[in-house]
Amino acid sequence: MKGTAALMGVMKRVSLVFKAKANKALDKMEDPRETLDYSYQRQLELLTKVRRGVADVATSRKRVELQMNQLQQQSNKLEDQARKALSMGREDLAREALTRKSSAQGQLDELQTQYAQLQAEEEKLTVASQRLQTKVDAFRTRKETIKATYTAAEAQTRINEAFSGISEEMGDVGMAIQRAEDKTAQMQARAGAIDELMASGALDDAVGGRRDDIQSELDMMAASSDVERELARLKGELTAGAPKQLEGSAPGANGEAQGAQGSQVSSQPSQEPYAPPPPSAQYALPQQTQQQAQPSQPAGLPVSDLPGRADEAQDGEGS
Amino acid sequence: MIVRILGEGQFRVDATAAGDLNQLDTALEAAVEQGDQAAFTAALTGLLAQVRAHGSPLPPDILEPSELILPGQDTSMDEVRKMLTDDGLIPG
Repeated sequence: MKGTAALMGVMKRVSLVFKAKANKALDKMEDPRETLDYSYQRQLELLTKVRRGVADVATSRKRVELQMNQLQQQSNKLEDQARKALSMGREDLAREALTRKSSAQGQLDELQTQYAQLQAEEEKLTVASQRLQTKVDAFRTRKETIKATYTAAEAQTRINEAFSGISEEMGDVGMAIQRAEDKTAQMQARAGAIDELMASGALDDAVGGRRDDIQSELDMMAASSDVERELARLKGELTAGAPKQLEGSAPGANGEAQGAQGSQVSSQPSQEPYAPPPPSAQYALPQQTQQQAQPSQPAGLPVSDLPGRADEAQDGEGS
Repeated sequence: MIVRILGEGQFRVDATAAGDLNQLDTALEAAVEQGDQAAFTAALTGLLAQVRAHGSPLPPDILEPSELILPGQDTSMDEVRKMLTDDGLIPG
């Protein structure tokens, strides 16, 4: 090394600190060969600690991942709600939903940054633990050779070298663990805060199944428009007269019921009207129903009910 | 000579690169003393790039102490300051 300026430089000073620590540890030992066994024990402990560190960071990362998924779901849901609210002409509600979406999105962005950091820490620690493992193995071999081959006096320099090499690695890994622990602690604090935020409803709870206020308002509007539609339909039926309506709607409605005519009238509503995919029910049935049921087409009033009600169920709940 | 980048491992660096490294290292130390964040980042990034460019990674089963030790890329100025003190960041 040349160029010793007035300032010693960071590199040199840091390496001196490392060396000073190693020397202090060496000086404590009466017989230098004791140092080898003692150091080896500490190396094994450190290895265990690093592996635990990797596992801790991974756990923390998975928790963040879970929260990111939750926030993403929440964000999607709020956007859906905003769209629905707009389609119902409720710009105020849409605005509220979008405001919450933006808040959820902000949290999500921050989590993403921290997720990347945790991932980097995890990778670094994994690599560090592999490197340390290799060095510890090398140290063990060296230790046995030194103990078997050299007297205490002869061993001194060789021990110093091996010890300084490994203790530098241990210092490095020790710092990496410390960093990872700090990051994990920060992350856990943050994750806890977001959990609380979600529980408080400020971001709303997408996965807990709790009904939020935007959703209940949308549901209420959907329900009341269902009622209006039902009313309009019933009114229409009354003014148009029952028989005419039946002729128009019967072919696809409900073959079984039509075959049995009036006797099944009372049980019909429970058979098809609320089936989740009304269109397929309507279009799948005709082939079989038309041959069976056509002779007795003019069924009771409720038959005409069916297609209409099924349609409404689709409008009101299906989206 | 052997140079360690903390968190990254050891490199064997050609002695001819020492002049450049020393220059950057002096700048790094001055930046830390003065609390100059921009200079600190520039010097540290430059140092690490030099070591990586002129050095070859040492096999992990080599048990040799490093002549020089460098903080890793994401080390803050505050952390470096603590590293320079005996009872600072470095465990042992």
